[in-house]
Amino acid sequence: MATGDLVPTHFPARRAAQVALHHLNTHHGSPFRVFGLQRVHTATAEDQVVGTAGRKYSLDFSVTDYGSSGSVLRCSAEVLFPRTETHTHTPPEVHLRCEDLTHISSSPEELAFYQKHTAPHSAISAHDLPDSQGNISQDMQPFWHLARVAASFIMLRESSENTEYNMAQVANLTQQETSEKQLMLKYHVLLHDIVSQEIIHWKLLCSWSPEGGVSVRETEWLPKCPHDTGPPTAH
Amino acid sequence: MQSSIMSVWVVLALVAQDRLAGGREHKSYDYTKYHTMDEISAWMNQIERDNPDVVSSMMYGQTYEKRNITLLKIGFNSTTPKKAVWMDCGIHAREWIAPAFCQHFVKEILGSYKSDSKVNTLFKNLDFYITPVLNMDGYIYSWIDNTTRLWRKSRSPGAENCTCFGTDLNRNFYANWGMVGISRDCCSEIYNGPTALSEPEAKAVTEFLGANQNQMLCYLTIHSYGQLILVPYGHPNISAPNYDELMEVGLAAAKVIKAVHGKSYKVGSSPDVLYPNSGSSRDFARLIGIPYSFTFELRDEGQTGFILPEDQIQPTCQEAYQGAMSIINYVHDKNFKSAAITVTATLWTTLIALWISSTSVL
Repeated sequence: MATGDLVPTHFPARRAAQVALHHLNTHHGSPFRVFGLQRVHTATAEDQVVGTAGRKYSLDFSVTDYGSSGSVLRCSAEVLFPRTETHTHTPPEVHLRCEDLTHISSSPEELAFYQKHTAPHSAISAHDLPDSQGNISQDMQPFWHLARVAASFIMLRESSENTEYNMAQVANLTQQETSEKQLMLKYHVLLHDIVSQEIIHWKLLCSWSPEGGVSVRETEWLPKCPHDTGPPTAH
Repeated sequence: MQSSIMSVWVVLALVAQDRLAGGREHKSYDYTKYHTMDEISAWMNQIERDNPDVVSSMMYGQTYEKRNITLLKIGFNSTTPKKAVWMDCGIHAREWIAPAFCQHFVKEILGSYKSDSKVNTLFKNLDFYITPVLNMDGYIYSWIDNTTRLWRKSRSPGAENCTCFGTDLNRNFYANWGMVGISRDCCSEIYNGPTALSEPEAKAVTEFLGANQNQMLCYLTIHSYGQLILVPYGHPNISAPNYDELMEVGLAAAKVIKAVHGKSYKVGSSPDVLYPNSGSSRDFARLIGIPYSFTFELRDEGQTGFILPEDQIQPTCQEAYQGAMSIINYVHDKNFKSAAITVTATLWTTLIALWISSTSVL
């Protein structure tokens, strides 16, 4: 893998930026806010030997909120992919700063959505978002965004320099009853890893509230074939 | 009395038949929706029927499940062999925007060759060979239901002790086969097959390109997603001899793409911009000497990935059309305009020389 200045359009910089984005989404994503990579401006990589050994990427990039606002933010991040002695995978470490992040607060849409779906007897369920033709109804868009944010926890954890994850589809979602002041949802998501081209199935339980953000309570990997031994990064 | 009743029946029957035949012509094809293989096959037949002087179809192989792999040959008829441009879509089943693009491309060139002098010249000097769906078995499989939508490979069964189906057609070509970016696990999405060209679909393309390699100027293969234009080769240590030119042409295409709807397409070799790979059709085309060989990865960049919403079909096709045409026009002008320029230059040189010699005599 290259060290020093990286070409911003080449995959090493892009993969590292995508990891930073997963991190950003876990912290600031919501049913109405999901960030995607707009462009990497500059990137460098170096081998880190002091402290956690591994390769550290320093990135300057821009992101777009495709959840609703479409706003563009400038960010910088350090992404460290640890090198471990054993063959077990260690998640990357991310330090991230984006301009204007502190100004982001819950929108009226978020509050309305929260009220509606935490009302008694709310029992949302859906499948195939998007459907085969790529359609998602207006009502279901926030649930699809929420899935993407929750999936970011998994994608962040599973990422390495040899993966590049996106969420391909939501297979199904079911609202869960809860005494907590949270929107609680069970999801079955399909992740796509560009490098291996695999579709990886995960089940997850997540909660969201406007003040608390998204948190993932449980995750479960679903094997593709009977002889599957684990998700791509485990190999 | 009886003969007139008979003739009335005959007329009615003819009207009914004409209604049935004419019905499809009056219902226009929706290029902003995804179509089943049956619809695409019917569309191909219709296109050929509607444009008999410039379109003919050719069957050049069979899929594993014995379907006829068909292309549309488009261009003015000629008694002498013409130079050609190849385009294939749908090597990977789940990349539905790719076949949609091939259909859009055909519609555009057929709709403009009479009025647009540039396209008219292309039709004169070149033949387009366009395969709207190469991996027909896989494409049909991806239409079955929600659990099959994301199928990628062919539908050939695995070898003896394999429970999984399919080979990645874009790893199966005889181009550094098996060297990098593949898996020997037959259940893997990038399984390159038991041997090179084990898949009849890859064999069909190989045989056609091989038989026509002297005519082929340009090879374009359409995929999704990622918004990329890839140049050969997929192996990190091998560069095409015209890499610099390919990059220039690719970057020019990305520029015109951006001018349409503002989308950025990144240009580079696969190992630089995406990942190393081997056995790709693009690499095979370049290796047998087709000078301009590109992979297009269409929208988007991961938000919806393979399942691109239908309302993005048209804008995606519009920008990709400009990109493809940018490359095709470059390739055409390099092979045809320069001949005209040479002839014109020679003519002027001769005239000027004559004038100088005639004035010096006086």
